[in-house]
Amino acid sequence: MKVLYSLLAVIVLVLVAYVGVGLLGLHSLFGVMIPYAAGAVFIVGLVYRVLKWAKAPVPFHIPTVCGQQKSLPWIKANNIESPHNTWGVIARLALEVLLFRSLFRNERVELRRSEKLIFGGNKYLWLGGLAFHWCLFIILFRHLIYFMEPVPSVVLFVQDMDGIFEFAVPTLFLTDLVILIALTYLFLRRVIYSQIRYISLSSDYFAVLLILGVVISGVLIRLFYKVDIAAVKELAMGVISFRPTVPEGISLLFYIKLFLVSTLVAYFPFSKLVHGAGILLSPTRNLKNNSRMRRHINPWDYPVKVHTYEKYEEEFREAMKEAGLPLEKEN
Amino acid sequence: MYDADKIITGLIIFLCLITFPIYYNIATGKAAYRPEPKIVTEEKQCVESKGYMRAKHMDLLEEWRESVVREGKRVYVASDGKQYTMSLVDTCMRCHWNKAEFCDLCHNYVGIRLNCWSCHTLPKRD
Ligand code: HEC
Ligand code: HEC
Ligand code: HEC
Repeated sequence: MKVLYSLLAVIVLVLVAYVGVGLLGLHSLFGVMIPYAAGAVFIVGLVYRVLKWAKAPVPFHIPTVCGQQKSLPWIKANNIESPHNTWGVIARLALEVLLFRSLFRNERVELRRSEKLIFGGNKYLWLGGLAFHWCLFIILFRHLIYFMEPVPSVVLFVQDMDGIFEFAVPTLFLTDLVILIALTYLFLRRVIYSQIRYISLSSDYFAVLLILGVVISGVLIRLFYKVDIAAVKELAMGVISFRPTVPEGISLLFYIKLFLVSTLVAYFPFSKLVHGAGILLSPTRNLKNNSRMRRHINPWDYPVKVHTYEKYEEEFREAMKEAGLPLEKEN
Repeated sequence: MYDADKIITGLIIFLCLITFPIYYNIATGKAAYRPEPKIVTEEKQCVESKGYMRAKHMDLLEEWRESVVREGKRVYVASDGKQYTMSLVDTCMRCHWNKAEFCDLCHNYVGIRLNCWSCHTLPKRD
């Protein structure tokens, strides 16, 4: 059911672009205005999100017990699993962001038919997730071709590497192939495995299907339904230099893709996709495990009025003496 | 304890990074650049319509290549009935002999580098 709703949502988006551009001819709405609006929503939304996070006090660090904390000099500390200085934190975060280290350690508990409980590593999710994210990054980087003039040679180099196998004209990019496989896996695992289906929300399917829609339309444009890419670059350059023009000869399929991208970009700050920014702020990853070296002050501590025992004794000394109670300080 | 200063620094760096192409184009002064491939032939018309050629000339070339190399057929009948010999160098480049100001101009703009010319050599013109 939830899958169907999400699929329906993506189909509706495609139809909106189809009607808007194909039937009503609203090229500048879908080619210029909506992308601007989506970009603005993305930036404002993301800034709002992150500033809201920045306002939250830093929690007391949460030790994830998989490394020896720094303590006595003769006990070997593990500065990456349990960092006590900034370099350790940077290393841990970098491994997390670039290699999805926590996901690599993901374990699955399974009850097999023999009624044995099995704990096993499950690396497929890690592999699929990592492949997807890296491909996405390389593809986005390659798209800089359409936003920069002259095209920097690093971008061309990445594109050459990506198309190194040179099968088919135009070259099929490796990342296009891998991202399709990875996304299909990431989608199917939410459909096939009943446990994962049970915890999946419509928004989980929607994010995957929307990205899949963008990728599929991109591959179709590149391989089968060519558009005039020089015109597409004119459109893109016009938009980012704030002198928008709508060149002739850009096909409907491109506008459909652009509308899906605009939706994705505007949806980003308000959905689970914003984990891209959130990962850097995860307390179990970015806090130093240095509670034995530094005192953590709770920022919302109320300045409690304390009445120490010393003062108490001072106050009631006579009465206590009379009652024969033991006193700490005799005088 | 708050980490707002670090978070805001990170946010600003991120915003600078994603808007980098904007400054880059301002710096290179090429934001408004459009490739204008120069037509040097006397002829009025390309093999197919201009719009078709712009978007689909690679498909046409691919089709020609298949046809010549696989099927041995070297005559292409355009949609207006004219006949052309299917040849990259002898047909396309006869009219568009200014490769650097024609093919390359567009291809550089969209970051395409062709390897065709390592085998199909253009005759020298003077
Ligand atoms: C490895 C060398 C090589 C490369 C690289 C190459 N070709 Fe060719 N091409 C050939 C050969 C050999 C023929 C056959 C020539 C013949 O039979 O007349 C041919 C034939 C063709 C033909 C039809 C006949 C003719 O004379 O043009 C076309 C069109 C063509 N190639 C286009 C291309 C395009 C476009 C590219 C770049 C994407 C390209 N080729 C890259 C070797 C190459
Ligand atoms: C008979 C001469 C002739 C031949 C042969 C020819 N062209 Fe053209 N081509 C032209 C002319 C003239 C134009 C300009 C058409 C116009 O402005 O309507 C043109 C336009 C184009 C354009 C669009 C340029 C632009 O400014 O938008 C492309 C791309 C192109 N040709 C590629 C090719 C390719 C590839 C071939 C070989 C398959 C080829 N041409 C063969 C004469 C030719
Ligand atoms: C109006 C600009 C323009 C002109 C002029 C032009 N091209 Fe292209 N060409 C393109 C674009 C844009 C692409 C990429 C299309 C894509 O990837 O979908 C392309 C792609 C190609 C490809 C396929 C390469 C690949 O790997 O994708 C070949 C082959 C090609 N052009 C040959 C030529 C030749 C030969 C000429 C000169 C006669 C020429 N083109 C002139 C814009 C142009």
